[in-house]
Amino acid sequence: MRITEYLKNNILYLDGGMGTLLQERGLLPGEYPERWNIIHPDVIVGIHRAYYDAGSNIVCSNTFGANLLKFSSEELEEIISSAMTNARRAAEESCGTQEKWIALDIGPSGRMLKPYGDLDFEDAVALFAETVKLGVKYGADLIYIETMNDSYETKAALLAAKENCDLPVFVSNAYSEDGKLMTGATPAAMVALLEGMGADAIGANCSFGPKALTKVVEEYLEYASVPVLLKPNAGLPKSVGGKTVYDVLPDEFAEDISALLERGVRIAGGCCGTTPEYIKALAEKSRGIIPATTTEKNTTMISSYTHAVEFGKKPVLIGERINPTGKKRFKEALRAGDMDYILREGINQQDCGVEILDVNVGLPEIDEIKMLTEAVYGLQAIIDLPLQIDTSSTVAMEKALRRYNGKAMINSVNGKKESMDEIFPLAKKYGGVIVALTLDESGIPETAEGRVAIAKKILAEAEKYGISKKDIIFDPLTLTVSADGNAARETLRAVRTIKEELGCHTSLGVSNVSFGLPQRDVLNGAFFLLAMENGLSAAIMNPYSIEMMKAYYSYSALLGLDANCAEYIEFVQNMPAAAAGIIPGGNSGATEEQYKSELQKAIVKGLGDQAAQICKELIKTLDPLTIVQEEIIPALNLVGVGFENKTVYLPQLLMSAEAAKSAFEQIKANMSGASADKCYFVIATVKGDIHDIGKNIVKLILENYGFRVVDLGRDVSPEAVVEEVVRLCAPLVGLSALMTTTVPAMEETIAELRRHAPWCKIVVGGAVLTKEYADMIGADKYARDAMETVRYAEQIYGELAK
Amino acid sequence: MIYTKTYTAPPIDEDEILRYAGVREKTDEMTDLLRDVMAEAEGELTYRVCWSYFDLTRDGDAMDFGFAKFESAALAVCLDCCDRAVLFAATVGIGLDRLIAKYGTASPSKALMLQAIGAERIESLCDEFCCFLQNELVKCGRSITRRFSPGYGDLRIEVQEDIFRVLDCSRQIGLTLNESMLMSPSKSVTAIIGIKNGAPDETEVDTCELCGKTDCLLRRNK
Repeated sequence: MRITEYLKNNILYLDGGMGTLLQERGLLPGEYPERWNIIHPDVIVGIHRAYYDAGSNIVCSNTFGANLLKFSSEELEEIISSAMTNARRAAEESCGTQEKWIALDIGPSGRMLKPYGDLDFEDAVALFAETVKLGVKYGADLIYIETMNDSYETKAALLAAKENCDLPVFVSNAYSEDGKLMTGATPAAMVALLEGMGADAIGANCSFGPKALTKVVEEYLEYASVPVLLKPNAGLPKSVGGKTVYDVLPDEFAEDISALLERGVRIAGGCCGTTPEYIKALAEKSRGIIPATTTEKNTTMISSYTHAVEFGKKPVLIGERINPTGKKRFKEALRAGDMDYILREGINQQDCGVEILDVNVGLPEIDEIKMLTEAVYGLQAIIDLPLQIDTSSTVAMEKALRRYNGKAMINSVNGKKESMDEIFPLAKKYGGVIVALTLDESGIPETAEGRVAIAKKILAEAEKYGISKKDIIFDPLTLTVSADGNAARETLRAVRTIKEELGCHTSLGVSNVSFGLPQRDVLNGAFFLLAMENGLSAAIMNPYSIEMMKAYYSYSALLGLDANCAEYIEFVQNMPAAAAGIIPGGNSGATEEQYKSELQKAIVKGLGDQAAQICKELIKTLDPLTIVQEEIIPALNLVGVGFENKTVYLPQLLMSAEAAKSAFEQIKANMSGASADKCYFVIATVKGDIHDIGKNIVKLILENYGFRVVDLGRDVSPEAVVEEVVRLCAPLVGLSALMTTTVPAMEETIAELRRHAPWCKIVVGGAVLTKEYADMIGADKYARDAMETVRYAEQIYGELAK
Repeated sequence: MIYTKTYTAPPIDEDEILRYAGVREKTDEMTDLLRDVMAEAEGELTYRVCWSYFDLTRDGDAMDFGFAKFESAALAVCLDCCDRAVLFAATVGIGLDRLIAKYGTASPSKALMLQAIGAERIESLCDEFCCFLQNELVKCGRSITRRFSPGYGDLRIEVQEDIFRVLDCSRQIGLTLNESMLMSPSKSVTAIIGIKNGAPDETEVDTCELCGKTDCLLRRNK
């Protein structure tokens, strides 16, 4: 019988611990247990058999760490084939009469994925794929991915399983005492991710005893539409007379798990510290329990690597600012590959309170596929908000969805057959909540009824792919009222009908409504309010628009969605004075004598917002270049000299540099053509090294001094440095290394640069470097800090300019 | 067996954080920056330690822990008279790395201060753990040496691989090692501590001043 069939009407029993039993039988500290499949097959068969005898339906092969990071491909194959043979032998020899299956057990790789570790996502997928293929080859009945404590790695393993076999896949995560994975994901976030990708059962293992995992299990039961599994430890370990014992004994264990089976758990076993005795007690204790029916939960949610966002409780704000449409500065940043700019837009929107970020980086003249993947990856490195991936390129969509850590929002599909044929398979494979536009081959219907009809068509087509309606959010399209007086009304009617008749959620790009009219924010805010009142679940909107935010916070407060109006109060208290209708009063005080002007003072004091504001005012009367020459640079010099004389500390230097940067942003926005920029300066942290604070500091200061800094990031290969230096014909390169183990990579990079770009000057820095070391590896200059780098760069630039 | 423990936040030493940030004299401005980022960092920090005990035998400068031998004259000095040792790994979690990355380009001053917070937090966690060990051992008339990490003196950093394998760090506390021997989360420590008979040695000096790099920005008591 297929395991998924059996599961429909029966509780499924897994096995218990393996590692602890092997230690009792002589496994040494640090020894790989997987090798015991080959050298002590009888021990392994004996343990598996004891579990089958105790009542386990499934034993997990002794392959927890069987992967290519630990073993050669020959040894890996031998381990997995022996592991499968051992499990099969145990099943044949067991006296148990229950249904029996063998799971290929897959544990974590032990390495952290990029960006916080060095294992690339695709390499992780390939690593797990190898193990999966061997498991299938040697007869596994299902794949059991377990003890994963990172969402991204879990995704890699599940993807590998899905792409390389048709077997059922069970996925189980290890939670910490705070009820989250070590890298931060909540159970709800894991449910969204794993169910979206088609796991057959999901749950928790290892961690603690069953009682301590109750909250985690409850969250799974609340959200999961697939069977929930639980395989906890026998409590916590302690050492008694040199022996490791666990504090939950078999009877208590069986009782606790049985209680959770009553509440809906469908698959149960034990992890560290449990033995066949525990499984036997569990099987006996839970014999009479009628398996709960696994029901379809109607929760629409997406997730990031930390949390899930649920639709329907309260309108969800989706920030629209990461989008080049109509934004000159953003387009410029895209063309220049300025990822920092995009990331800042993300951070700023998060600060404004949006829950999801829309990501659109499409421009005809750039490589959107590459850019979108990089933007998604870059944003996920620093922002924990879920993303809405927004592209008309199916290839770009697939690449981004694949790399995405969580369950993304997909923007968008529409009622055209071609669109559905392209998008639905991607949503099915990678998971996602799809934004569906109610338009089709014949355009956008004028009436609400017409749009609802398209929505129904889309739902019917999605069903063919097995995509449930909870994973579709309709966008009934906002049209311009200035063109058609009925436009807004029909959209609002469609929002209401889709919610009431189809039971689906809706999302709108709100600001279209005011196109062509003056003071658009006023109308947008009002329309947004009406849309929420008609049941709108989410809005793609500009969080910098005060009118929109006013509408949102007021609505939430008025409808009882904001406990004690706390969010409303916080919002109005922080609302910019101008927006609140308050005219700023006179300046707080006269300029102190040591500062030549307010701008200089703001920079020296490190007040970014003030510096930007003052600069904005100055631009009205002064030439931008004059402001740079006579205000910003002197202020920077004041701080820079102070730093060199040790009267200004590094954090102060940086605060001033950041303030200067804010001022420069204003200058940039107001300068057309003429640029004050000096030469290119390519900067990177060398291969193998992921420290970048020092590098970022140097970059910031160099930018302040007008250098065109091209930041290649961290863990950069020598080839990548050379390529960029040659491409730009850059006269200056800065390399950073923080570890003695990565200095050789720096030396190699220098050697490659000498070969291919003999013209460039190389300056190096980082904690482990000294002048002697820098000379030894052939650098032109060792710079102790950012200011020394600037002085050197200015000197080289000066020589070039001659 | 491998023990694990999650600690509550050790007391915060602001002066130490400022020292790590390169601030030699406390100013209001710097304290404000510190408290500002600390408020954001606090929720992101977790304090986890895993450790195990090993019998120690020696063969000249080679320290034999049973599962591996570490060759180092400096370590041999540190573990003088010890017949057992503790290997431990500690981390304050990945949340801080994410925060540092977030501010890496948006605000390097905040990133720098967060970095300093991370350094102080992990050291405080290690201090707390050592204090706990000392209190446990003193009951049976034993004491511990200072902690000694891979990469100190002539102890090769590659012994990290052995330590990670035997402590199962990734599973126990979510700590991983990459190919260039860097740890993720980055604010983490692995170290060896010797155990010997007798009372703790009060004369053992702070390791900072033992170091030959006298122009170090972070050096105490210049």
